[in-house]
Amino acid sequence: MFCDVCKSKDATVFLTQIVEGKMQKVNLCEACSKEKGVNDPTGFALADLLLGLGAAQEIEKNPLGIRCPVCGFSQTDFKKTGRLGCSACYDAFSEGLSGMLKNMHRGLIHTGKIPSRLALTLIKDRELVSLQQGLEKAILEEKFEEAANFRDKIRSLESEGNRVEEGTQAVSEADPLSEQNRLSLIPKIEASPSPKSKKKP
Amino acid sequence: MKLSNIIANTGEWLSGSGPHDQIVVSSRVRLARNLKGKPFPGWAKKAERVAVLEEIRGAVIMLPEMQEAFSEKLEDLSPLEKQVLVERHLISREHAAKGVGSAVVMNTAQTLSFMINEEDHLRMQAIRAGLQLDEVFAMINQADSELEESLDFAFHSELGYLTACPTNVGTGMRASAMLHLPGLVMSEQVNKIINSVNKIGLAVRGLHGEGSEAMGNLFQVSNQTTLGEAEEEIISRLNKVIYQILEHEQNARQILLQQRAETLLDQIGRAYGILCHAHSITSKEALNLLSFIKMGVDLGLFPCGNRLQVDELFIETQPAHLQKGLQAAKLGSEERDSLRAALIRTKLKKMPEPEIGKIPTTSTTAQSPTSEES
Repeated sequence: MFCDVCKSKDATVFLTQIVEGKMQKVNLCEACSKEKGVNDPTGFALADLLLGLGAAQEIEKNPLGIRCPVCGFSQTDFKKTGRLGCSACYDAFSEGLSGMLKNMHRGLIHTGKIPSRLALTLIKDRELVSLQQGLEKAILEEKFEEAANFRDKIRSLESEGNRVEEGTQAVSEADPLSEQNRLSLIPKIEASPSPKSKKKP
Repeated sequence: MKLSNIIANTGEWLSGSGPHDQIVVSSRVRLARNLKGKPFPGWAKKAERVAVLEEIRGAVIMLPEMQEAFSEKLEDLSPLEKQVLVERHLISREHAAKGVGSAVVMNTAQTLSFMINEEDHLRMQAIRAGLQLDEVFAMINQADSELEESLDFAFHSELGYLTACPTNVGTGMRASAMLHLPGLVMSEQVNKIINSVNKIGLAVRGLHGEGSEAMGNLFQVSNQTTLGEAEEEIISRLNKVIYQILEHEQNARQILLQQRAETLLDQIGRAYGILCHAHSITSKEALNLLSFIKMGVDLGLFPCGNRLQVDELFIETQPAHLQKGLQAAKLGSEERDSLRAALIRTKLKKMPEPEIGKIPTTSTTAQSPTSEES
């Protein structure tokens, strides 16, 4: 039986712990058990040890046989190797993965470097989202001049983006439609407020 | 450019100098990248791996900083050559195990190396002597920016750079420093330090990274997490911790000098004696004893001109380096042990005995803030 952590050496340390009424078994090789501090009762925290494993079990709970539609990699493969098949696997297995990533990392959103060819579209996307929020807020608060302002900014950002984006649509491909749909609502809103706002002295 | 030419010279990170290079042996940053829409190396078929290899290698060779580069497919390297590259930290042990469909590209200064089809399509690293994490990051970041003009890297708007293993997703960056900590080991504080470093999400490992033993009092400190923080934040966090460890090591040496000078002297003297007279020595024993000699140089017990000699022995006594000049078939471990002992004897012959009188009076721990006379 292989070690659950390094998956390369034979397991010689077997741990069983009851967590919330469920039995969890972990098999470790000597090196990993030392590294995880299993021999040292004070430093040992099964929760840490189980981070990856618990997540793997979570993935297993999902309906079996989910495969990545792009590369055909299965969840069983992932559990076996701890590696994914291709970049699309991150979307295919996103449900199980997010719990795992949460335990592994400091956050769930990448805040570092962006490839420059995507930087324009990504930054624009983020800006669009914030403009969109501003627009919605303005509409809710019936500040229609501000709303029109936001709308104009969104429109100009989008038309400018379409020219830049032609080669690299990948990232924002899904969004423009919905944004356009929402945008098309604005004129109506803008038309309707005038009687309303006139009512106010 | 032939590998033998590259191997003939010690890399810049070993022979060069950098800030705090007495304690911080080297600084390294590696980035993991994958091509969009291509299966990761572990899942790709051979033909797919070969295609990825050609695409990436073509782009890497075109980089301005790689004009005088060494580039070779892994299947064309002998096991010994691969092992030499591992011992120099230019490729990983995992990469050395690869064959068809994988390659390595590195510059002559051995500061930049690119592993193609390791666990990810591309793993590139920059390494330099001393504590220079910001500098090595700038070097490899520059290479990455140049590469992304011709290569389409897999990037997710939320998760960042996508990697074969979810532990690397986000920045795909592993920044690490190799620290020489004999003072903390001797004063039995090193485990305490390792535990507290682990608690803040950084990893401490042995000489050759994951799963390797700490030999020669060498420890590698690196970031554990790659998602949720920008590259610069990770590096500045790591830098802060390394400065603290540096200070602890300097203090530990200082205290040893003041309170246990006899023990310290004894260890260094014994190490010198064994290394000068042994006729058979394993690489583990050699590293552990060399560590004391290295500390002796730091403390001023040996003339500082011997520093590079000692540092080089750390690499030259590794199994593959011992045999690199030899055309003969692979040596057995006993033959290696006697060859190693002979090499060390020759090198240390030029080195004078430790100047014992220096120890209790002058506390020559360089950069030490306090030098109280006891």
